[in-house]
Amino acid sequence: MDFSILTTNMDSLLEGLKITIIASLIALLGSFILGTLLAVMRIAPFKPLNWLGTAYVEFIRNIPVLVIVFFAYLAGNFGGMTAGTIGLTIYTSAFIAEAIRAGIMSVPRGQMEAARSTGLTYGQAMRMVILPQAIKIVIPPLGNQFINLVKNSSLLAVVAGGDLMYQGDLISAKTYVTFDTYVFVALFYLILTIPLSLGVGYLEKRLARSN
Amino acid sequence: MDFLAPFIEVYTPEHFKFLLEGFGVTLKVAAISIVLSFIIGGLVGTLRYARIPVVSRVLAVIVETIRNLPLLLIIFFTYFALPEIGIEMEITTAAIAALTVFESAMISEIIRSGLNSIEKGQIEAGRASGLNYIQTLRYIIMPQALRRMVPPIVSQFISLLKDTSLAVVIALPDLLHNGQIIYAQKGSYVIPVFVIVALMYFIVNYALSLVARRLELKQS
Amino acid sequence: MFKTKKFVTMALVTILAALFLAGCGGDKASNESSKDVLAQIKEDKKIVFGVKHDTRLFGLKNPSTGEVEGFDIDLSKALAEEIFGKDVKPEFVEVTSKTRVGLLNNGKVDAVVATMTITEERKKEVDFTDVYFDAGQSLLVKKGSKIQSIEDLKKGTTVLAVKGSTSSINIREKAPETTVLEFENYAEAFTALKAGKGDALTTDDSILYGMAEEDPSYELVGGTFTEEPYGIAVKKGNKELVDELNKALKSLKDSGKYDEIKDKWIKN
Repeated sequence: MDFSILTTNMDSLLEGLKITIIASLIALLGSFILGTLLAVMRIAPFKPLNWLGTAYVEFIRNIPVLVIVFFAYLAGNFGGMTAGTIGLTIYTSAFIAEAIRAGIMSVPRGQMEAARSTGLTYGQAMRMVILPQAIKIVIPPLGNQFINLVKNSSLLAVVAGGDLMYQGDLISAKTYVTFDTYVFVALFYLILTIPLSLGVGYLEKRLARSN
Repeated sequence: MDFLAPFIEVYTPEHFKFLLEGFGVTLKVAAISIVLSFIIGGLVGTLRYARIPVVSRVLAVIVETIRNLPLLLIIFFTYFALPEIGIEMEITTAAIAALTVFESAMISEIIRSGLNSIEKGQIEAGRASGLNYIQTLRYIIMPQALRRMVPPIVSQFISLLKDTSLAVVIALPDLLHNGQIIYAQKGSYVIPVFVIVALMYFIVNYALSLVARRLELKQS
Repeated sequence: MFKTKKFVTMALVTILAALFLAGCGGDKASNESSKDVLAQIKEDKKIVFGVKHDTRLFGLKNPSTGEVEGFDIDLSKALAEEIFGKDVKPEFVEVTSKTRVGLLNNGKVDAVVATMTITEERKKEVDFTDVYFDAGQSLLVKKGSKIQSIEDLKKGTTVLAVKGSTSSINIREKAPETTVLEFENYAEAFTALKAGKGDALTTDDSILYGMAEEDPSYELVGGTFTEEPYGIAVKKGNKELVDELNKALKSLKDSGKYDEIKDKWIKN
């Protein structure tokens, strides 16, 4: 292995790692908010909202994330990193919406009626009674989506987003040492994703036991 | 009307033919990869389930490594880095190889959890009735597990169809690539091209997801 | 107990993966049976040229006909006919700046005719013929841009380039303050320029002329600031093929056929 690749390019690799982490975190937050909204839309007692939510989720889930990222970049007025993060958010929110919807559905129906009968509005009952219980069930799938986000953030590389993959690409094009460069980039990704996988696995086990 | 003009310019029979050609490549690469991934993933998943000492552990390491890496990196690696150690493939082969490596790891997990979902008592029952371990797996566990695995495997095929688009980075002439060639002609073509490309992916994948859902309903 | 086992497995994953990959990297196989490319061409009765598919005037895939068209393609055809007569069929495979060296080395293409600049660095990787076209790096901007030459590329400006090209290395040297964004190919880079992602696009003038012709609201500014002699690249150690190509190139130039092809595509 040519470790000089690693030492001479450490700065740009760390810069790329930083962008990968930031883009993934922002996209996670964004898609959590958007996903919750979509999930509530899909089960709200108002048909047009249901349709809108369903249409979004079904459409986005069935097209490639790369198509969304390219589109966000070329059709919008954003830089590569911003457009990439927006694209990832649009895509991931559809999956998170499904996870949250499944979580909400798992809370017994009677609870909504009980909460409403105490005088809460639909929105209040949702926010204060149903969602807190649903979240517990939703955490492991959310963790899985976060791992997918970190991996998918590599698509920033094709819109010059400056992430880890992009930096690795430039280093390999500059030095002609492709194999070793990509191995180092792979290790950087594993440093991020393996602990996340471990954490999600642990949560899944604990949840399975508590039920 | 200005907004619609580029749509009319882009949606010509020649362009449609060109896009469909690309979609043909997408479907071909995805179909070959899913078959290969099913075979390799099935083998790996079963071997891990069987808990053969060293083998299962080594496979676990490989599967977890692959599952935790971005597919884009695996594609770049297959096409640009492997030639440095003497493994050289042309574009389509490289795309299929990279997708197969990635999706096999995913499918092996589906197979393994499908097998794990069958109660362990059934193995003992099978063994007690005089079957050996392999026979028990084959005649008792597998048929039940396979039925449960069908919906997630169809979902995985949808993922694979979408993932194939990443091979544009090595110039695989797939749907997205041919779309890029069309919108490279004129700035105003970008939106019309993306609309039609997204719709083509959507139609096929949505149809597949309906199949997956129907299969799931049938089982419960 | 179970948790510890799981943790040990995961830790092993990381370490073994590293070792496995490192091990692979250790024994870089020397290029296997280096069969003579020229002999192979004659045996197969076909010569495979690596050409661009996204570069107007040099190598562009026409979505309406499915054919690749341009100077590089016509020159390749003429060279093949000059060397082999009608016996050997020329075929074309898409290459990009990033893929062309790899495709040559793995034998998927016999010769690369793809706007490839002869550099000392690249001579270590491949063999080049004589210069077949003199280009120079320049800038493409939207008409009326405040960027009029390379001196205008100060801090805060953004230049678009292509991964793996000499122009992306040159621009970092000549305009160190500007931000450089790199894309997979020229089509993506130009699409990005049109989408307003940068102030200028830099590469060889020959390629930029094609873009300016495609969309007349863009123009070249500031002349050229490097020399980019294009050569045909072949796999290292194929002197005979290089000699044949050089001989054919010379006779095409002598017969006027070269100028005919050049005038057809490059009007400047």
